[in-house]
Amino acid sequence: MKTTQNSHFVVWARRARAFKLGLAIALGLSTASALASDKAPNPADWASVEKAAKGQTVYFNAWGGAPNINDYIAWAGRELKQRYGVTLEHVKLDDTAKAVATVVAEKTAGQDVGGKVDLIWINGENFASMKQQGLLFSPGWADQLPNWSFVDVENKPTITVDFTIPTEGLESPWGGAKMVFFHDTVRDTQKALGRLPNSTADLVEWAKVNPGRFSYPAPPNFIGSSFLKQVLLETVTDRSKLLQPVMESEFETVAAPLFDRLDALHPNLWRKGRAYPKNYPAMVQLMADGELEIIFAFNPAEASNAIAQNKLPDTVRSFTFSGGTLGNTHFVAIPYNASAKAGALVAANFLLSPEAQARKQDPTVWGDPTVLNMAKLNDDERAKFEALDLGIATLRPSELGPMLPEPHPSWMTAIEKEWTRRYGAGN
Amino acid sequence: MSFLAAAPGFAIAILVLPVCCGLLATILPAFGYMPALGGNTWSLGPFEELLAMPGIGRSAGLSLFSALITTLISVTLVAFFVGGWRGTRSFARMQQFLSPLLSVPHAAAAFGLAFMIAPSGFLMRLFSPWATGLDRPPDWLILNDPLGLAMIAGLVIKEVPFLLLVTLAALPQTKAGQFDRLTQSMGYGRLSGFLFVTWPQIYRQIRLAVFAVIAYASSVVDVAIILGPSTPSTLAVRLTEWMSDADLALRFVGSAGALLQLGLTLMALAIWLVLERFGRAVSHSLRAQGRRLARDGAVRWFAMVATALLALLVFSGLAVLALWSVAGFWAFPDLAPNALSFDTWNRASLSLGGPMANTLFIGGVATAVATLLALACLEREWRTGRTGGSRALWFIYLPLIVPQVSFVFGLKVFFLLIGWDATMAAMVLVHLVFVLPYVFLSLSDPWRAWDPRYASVAAGLGASPNRLFWRIRLPMLLKPALVALAVGFAVSVGQYLPTLLLGSGRISTITTEAVALSAGGDRRVIGVYAFLQMVLPFVVFVIAAAVPALLFRNRRAMGGQA
Repeated sequence: MKTTQNSHFVVWARRARAFKLGLAIALGLSTASALASDKAPNPADWASVEKAAKGQTVYFNAWGGAPNINDYIAWAGRELKQRYGVTLEHVKLDDTAKAVATVVAEKTAGQDVGGKVDLIWINGENFASMKQQGLLFSPGWADQLPNWSFVDVENKPTITVDFTIPTEGLESPWGGAKMVFFHDTVRDTQKALGRLPNSTADLVEWAKVNPGRFSYPAPPNFIGSSFLKQVLLETVTDRSKLLQPVMESEFETVAAPLFDRLDALHPNLWRKGRAYPKNYPAMVQLMADGELEIIFAFNPAEASNAIAQNKLPDTVRSFTFSGGTLGNTHFVAIPYNASAKAGALVAANFLLSPEAQARKQDPTVWGDPTVLNMAKLNDDERAKFEALDLGIATLRPSELGPMLPEPHPSWMTAIEKEWTRRYGAGN
Repeated sequence: MSFLAAAPGFAIAILVLPVCCGLLATILPAFGYMPALGGNTWSLGPFEELLAMPGIGRSAGLSLFSALITTLISVTLVAFFVGGWRGTRSFARMQQFLSPLLSVPHAAAAFGLAFMIAPSGFLMRLFSPWATGLDRPPDWLILNDPLGLAMIAGLVIKEVPFLLLVTLAALPQTKAGQFDRLTQSMGYGRLSGFLFVTWPQIYRQIRLAVFAVIAYASSVVDVAIILGPSTPSTLAVRLTEWMSDADLALRFVGSAGALLQLGLTLMALAIWLVLERFGRAVSHSLRAQGRRLARDGAVRWFAMVATALLALLVFSGLAVLALWSVAGFWAFPDLAPNALSFDTWNRASLSLGGPMANTLFIGGVATAVATLLALACLEREWRTGRTGGSRALWFIYLPLIVPQVSFVFGLKVFFLLIGWDATMAAMVLVHLVFVLPYVFLSLSDPWRAWDPRYASVAAGLGASPNRLFWRIRLPMLLKPALVALAVGFAVSVGQYLPTLLLGSGRISTITTEAVALSAGGDRRVIGVYAFLQMVLPFVVFVIAAAVPALLFRNRRAMGGQA
């Protein structure tokens, strides 16, 4: 008995020694390869970027929860392969933070080249976090992409300022987002107020007459957090405070009206606020089942999209608030240790092309609003956008109402924490 | 012979090294040390922050409570069902009915259950509007209830088939049939006779599996997300969220939470040990009183009905899930979709090849290696007579007791260090860590309980140890060996967190695809992937069941019987 254990230990110790040796060799090798391949592409010399990109494989880490978006990315991959010899592999994430975690783990392990992530679909908190930790390919490259010349920097301030954080060319815009609300015209949603709700204050009143028919995903789900930001923007007395990082001393006063409104809303939420829909698609399902009567999305085309995919009845229509709703831009970024930086640059540039952007805005493909300025396009390119049928349930750009910009990410962190303390801790 | 001699050391390395390396890389940040994130000093700060998290006590309590209740219900139901009905024709039928359930991944079963019992679920549709008068689902809190009852139900439906299978594997090693006749001739009820005499012998053999159930239930993530409470969630769910939060400072709190999770799981096991003593004491006092408890009809029927309902619920849930995968628009309270559409399947088929091949390869290699190692260890144990004692048991327990969330993130950092990240070798290795214990657990009890007199007879006839193994022991124990293989494969297919983290998204399996796509919450997509997740291991189980029946079709005692 004793001897078996001893011999086990000897075997183990021998293995441990061999293991340490292997570790040392592996580390030595990775340092050597670091010296060999550390040549960052220069986006100012685009021809050399395209040349370097040929034959590279770009691992594009992007949320994989929507089949139509996955199909669009697959299409972009086929085009990139054919035109530039770049292979695009879609790494389907259930949460973008997982890709951030991968880069963090690589930095922890000292893997400063040859990283697993080449391109990330990103914005807001994740971008702020990666920028602050120095995890992004720099200096800024996005404004040196050839297709940057079409980008609507003039009218869309969220393209250069992501959640109040200057992008500084560290991420390239991909699409736009704006909060819109949906209702089903089969149900008499206007009965309670004599009209559709026109603010979150109206929603509180509406829910009093229709208890259990409205809800929002619990933060930190980003759609749920976006709803909280909408309430914050509507209730705060001085919006300029939201442009700065939150100060602990002021937080309680500034956020007090937000939580007053939530306190008034919550008793009439779906399940009385004791459970929340998991995410946006779960809200769609609940609307299709007739559990929720008003839901909201962050893409104006979502309702038409859901109808086309049999997820919602074709009687659903969109509406928005005349006082404005939250809007932002989503981007692609390249980690500092990406293996295929040239390929990632070529992919980012292709995603910005009028052709790729017009296809993306087609509601039968994805329906994601473009980041390009129509005035900067030539007639053929503009015609592609104008020919798009946005779908029966989609509001025209002129009907979308004013856009309220995102607060500094630190506000969301503070609000999510306070939200959890008040409503998410089983009191 | 040299392979046999090396096997135990090799197995221990596989079981222990990854867990220890992963734990180490979790413990350091839990105490504030993680240089890449600016943590260079040691402190208790992460633990202070953890304890200051709102509702943390409730989250921890939920994990503990639900793990114990799940295990208690599952073990009791299995004991009563086997005790009350073993040897009857309805038992054999139920057994055939239940065993495919084992191959259904937890997440798929949980979705199936949700599709049935939700206010908009199939059960409510069955009775609406003609009986309930409802044309819209009621605002009832059934799923995600704050006490975690739906989650407990979701765990019980998966743990009962698992425990039933290990019980049935252990049963032939007891003289249950003779004991039954004896106790019944003395006037004991069918159930009480079984519980007093046969069950303690069985329980001794399946105890490891019961412990695995407790550890799993206390730290499960996917089922808890689908069915569990959210205000607040269980500890495991919350710490997974912290570990993947955009705010990188939360990694420290997550690491501290991972250690708390470890403590909680150990506490649940400790409480279970107390419950075991309590159960023994009750049984002892009943026996000492000489109570025969012959009128057990109601309890037996209850066990039968509960087990049958459970199986029915899961199967109809899975059927509804399959129907959703081909559904057009499907409104409440319609019993069927307004149209059928294969769009979701067509879309999925375009991208399925890679993940499918990876799942088969990783699962196949890991399971084959695990079964080979387990057989070699057990054979060596038999030949040398040295079992390794309780210390060897701890090695096997380790990956099952240390919750995955506690060490997998750390393990990823470690693999990065040695350049193994996102390689097939690392993937097979990490699957092996989880597959090997289950294979060993399923195999060792029937193996050790094998009657040694067969060996004596064979040795007396001049058979060598190798011949004894190939001609007598392996054929006699082929059924548990194949079941162990199938269990191992099912475990591999079900692995989510390790596959996702160590594959770095470059190696995806059916399960990582399923979870990523079901993040979208689309019932049609969930239907497709849950169906596929379920079919792969099921095929292996069918093979495991068919092979001995085929090989030994002319030997009644080795083939068909339980």
